[in-house]
Amino acid sequence: MKIKWALLTILFTIATVLTGCDNPLMVLDPKGPVAATQADVIMISIWTMAFVVLVVMVLYIFMIMKYRASKQRDDYEPPHIEGSKVLEIIWVAIPILIVAFLSVVTVKTTNEVEATPKGYGDQEPLIIYASSSNWKWHFSYPEEDIETVNYLFLPTNRPIEFKLYSFGPISSFWIPQLGGQKYAMSDMVNTLHLAADVPGEYMGRNSNFSGSGFAQQTFNVNVLSAEEYDKWVDEIKATAKPITEEKFNELLKPGHVGQSTYTGTHLEFSPAPEGENAGHDHGSSDKEENDSKDSHEEHSEHSNMNHDH
Amino acid sequence: MDYFDRFAVPHPSPAIYASMVAIGLTMIAVVAGITYFKKWGYLWREWLTTVDHKRIGIMYILAALLMLFRGGVDALMMRAQTAIPDNGLLDGQHYNEVFTTHGVVMILFMAMPFIIGLMNIVTPLQIGARDVAFPRLNAVSFWLFFMGAMLFNISFVVGGSPDAGWTSYFPLASNDFSESVGSNYYAIAIQIAGIGTLLTGINFIVTILKMRAPGMNLMKMPMFTWSILITNFIIVFAFPVLTVALALMTMDRLFGTQFFTMANGGSDMLWANLFWVWGHPEVYIVILPAFGIYSEIISTFARRNLYGYNSMVISMVAISTLSFIVWAHHFYTMGHGAMVNGIFSITTMAIAVPTGVKIFNWLFTLWKGKIVFTVPMLYSLAFIPIFTLGGVTGVMLAMASADYQYHNTMFLVAHFHYVLIPGTVFAVLAGFTYWWPKMFGFMLSEKIGKWSFWFITIGFNVTFFPMFITGLDGQARRMYTYSESTGYGPLNMLSFVGAIGLAIGFALIVYNIYWSTRYASRNISNDPWDARSLEWATHTPIPEYNFAIVPTVDSTEAFWDSKKKGFKLFGGKVEKIHMPNNSGVPFIMSCIFFVWGFAMVFSMWIIAIIATIGIFACMIHRSFEKDHGRYISVEEIEETENKLRGAK
Repeated sequence: MKIKWALLTILFTIATVLTGCDNPLMVLDPKGPVAATQADVIMISIWTMAFVVLVVMVLYIFMIMKYRASKQRDDYEPPHIEGSKVLEIIWVAIPILIVAFLSVVTVKTTNEVEATPKGYGDQEPLIIYASSSNWKWHFSYPEEDIETVNYLFLPTNRPIEFKLYSFGPISSFWIPQLGGQKYAMSDMVNTLHLAADVPGEYMGRNSNFSGSGFAQQTFNVNVLSAEEYDKWVDEIKATAKPITEEKFNELLKPGHVGQSTYTGTHLEFSPAPEGENAGHDHGSSDKEENDSKDSHEEHSEHSNMNHDH
Repeated sequence: MDYFDRFAVPHPSPAIYASMVAIGLTMIAVVAGITYFKKWGYLWREWLTTVDHKRIGIMYILAALLMLFRGGVDALMMRAQTAIPDNGLLDGQHYNEVFTTHGVVMILFMAMPFIIGLMNIVTPLQIGARDVAFPRLNAVSFWLFFMGAMLFNISFVVGGSPDAGWTSYFPLASNDFSESVGSNYYAIAIQIAGIGTLLTGINFIVTILKMRAPGMNLMKMPMFTWSILITNFIIVFAFPVLTVALALMTMDRLFGTQFFTMANGGSDMLWANLFWVWGHPEVYIVILPAFGIYSEIISTFARRNLYGYNSMVISMVAISTLSFIVWAHHFYTMGHGAMVNGIFSITTMAIAVPTGVKIFNWLFTLWKGKIVFTVPMLYSLAFIPIFTLGGVTGVMLAMASADYQYHNTMFLVAHFHYVLIPGTVFAVLAGFTYWWPKMFGFMLSEKIGKWSFWFITIGFNVTFFPMFITGLDGQARRMYTYSESTGYGPLNMLSFVGAIGLAIGFALIVYNIYWSTRYASRNISNDPWDARSLEWATHTPIPEYNFAIVPTVDSTEAFWDSKKKGFKLFGGKVEKIHMPNNSGVPFIMSCIFFVWGFAMVFSMWIIAIIATIGIFACMIHRSFEKDHGRYISVEEIEETENKLRGAK
């Protein structure tokens, strides 16, 4: 019974994984260097962990097959065994080695995904402010001086720095095929580094629960070649209306809106919760500098690091 | 009237009105039934005022089972809603309330009380004690938990349930974004229940440290008792953080302070940190006792002593320490930077090492054993591979760079159900079946038990395994719906089918209780499983004083030694036994707490002030009360002992 069940599980697992090969799962189908790094880490961890599971399963099946009461003499009395120093050292030491290996992988790749993607270091990053409000996304392109709602156009082969913050509850900005997510919060600006290698259309969404309209808080991501991207920008500049404070405040009201485009950005009249160098807005602007230095060193370091590029 | 507006449910639906009627009718039926059978006196004398750890334990378990079904119905509703794309069974708001209450109910009002119930029944018996250190405080703990749970449960018919997730992240849970009283219920009901838990923690640390039978030094305690001791240390260190966090939350919501708001210096990150500084150790509060339960059961039914006793203890201590230094892995994506994330990744993955030690020790407990596949053993054996899957996906999640992709997805949901269900739910079901004969004097049907085991185990895997895949395919958690183009439909449907299997399994447990109560043989010995620890050394049913003579202990398995090697457990002669008196005060004080909580939720200050005075009055009453308990005379003990011996 037990072994049948174990086999079923294994078959079931293989079957589902194989379906995955047909039609790759989103996070294992990266279209940019950050997502590619993360997909590699995931695969490394899956294989390492598969080894651990295998060892446990083999021992497990051996134990319950061999030592079941029905297979033994009636008068068999199991012995008293305290334990074994050697065995116990083995199953402490090997997991420590595995964890050490995975730790190295983690620290290395975490630093990687927290910086400008490899091979893109020589380029000036495209900075896009992505802010969430219930239940939509506002994207400001200060360089191009345009703003979009609920959709993104990105050029290929250029590092992109998202500056994330929120006009409401904590949201999480996530484009699975370009890279992992980060929180957008009301009192600080987070930086997310991404880049796209392959033109195409991708799904982006808020993945942190933010109230009743959360499920539909998605946005489309269009990755274009550099020339097409420039063409798109020019087109927007020629056709879109400027964003006004009035219009923006209307957009901020809770609810769902479709996609729209504006010239100018809301950063002019409603700046992100940061000074020029990011940090925290704790309400009184004159204390801001001190606050960010005193209590949030990692963030400051982090944003300084970004500005070195 | 302003008040009546506030009592109204903000998002009423036919299901909620139906529940109101059902709750009303059930209460009328219960009251009428008790009155008809004239059981009020019995109920008051034997249960509501009891300070007996065994009865308190049984009440904990009953309440936990009730909550299991309450949370289970929530779960079924969620899986039904997401079974097909663009389903309209629940609207967004209703779904949010359902998953919020599912999380809170399952963790705080099902898993913990179930564990605390088993611990109440078993721990004093395992250490050869006659009661817990503070019996009346124990009653206070139970009734506070119970009233907290009831207060939380009426939320969906009076005023609306909390809807900000069981983590209640700010600013979403603030008045700005969560206008109904739902989050007030969250803050206050959990606070009341939490005080009860904290008191339990203190009570059991003292019990285990001070009341062990002669000869039972720390390294001779049964593994379950060890796990309970460590768990209670975690409770005592972690729960004060929750108390403070909820107090700040209450002030934010009721009194206009701004600890966690978006403006005026409030910090939403402060909430996340406080919540998880409690919340992560909380995970181990419900998992360590499960490890203890499995250790007892696996060694009993492998007919062998536990392999690597010392390393089992050391690994539990290591896990409990590590549990306090990993909380930030719940929000790697909050922007800590690579350094902090790296450190928390390593501490988190480190937990895998002591956990692995335990897995291998259990496997080697089977080695050279003589395995009997009883229902408790089946749960324990199924736990090993399933929990291993949950554990290894935990290591995957611990890797910060990869976690940016898993965070907030169904992959995470799958992971924590893969640790919590085999970890805690299987354990309490195993423990419940295992200790049932000690509690009630008959055994549950093995046959029905096996049916429910297979439904639960297979149903569980069918429900949660697909979530690993949809998670990697980008399905975020807590989405009440999704479009067909995402392709999440078929696997979500599969989850729903699995959930039905689980539901059948749990229904079979209820049927098993019914069937066995009616038909099971009452003619069982004191030790029907041929077990190894002291709780089986006394009579079934257990007399009020547990042991007529306090046992003497000389090894980790004194009872087994007494059966096999002729070790003498009960030396000495019967003497009069001091026992505490029953008291109605814990129940009455907790009822006042309920009123206080309700008044606080709805900002009814006058009632809240009167209730506060009432609570203090109960405490003052206790301070001046002269109650030194009573003695059970030698004759009475001998009479009871003869009767119990004669019954067998």
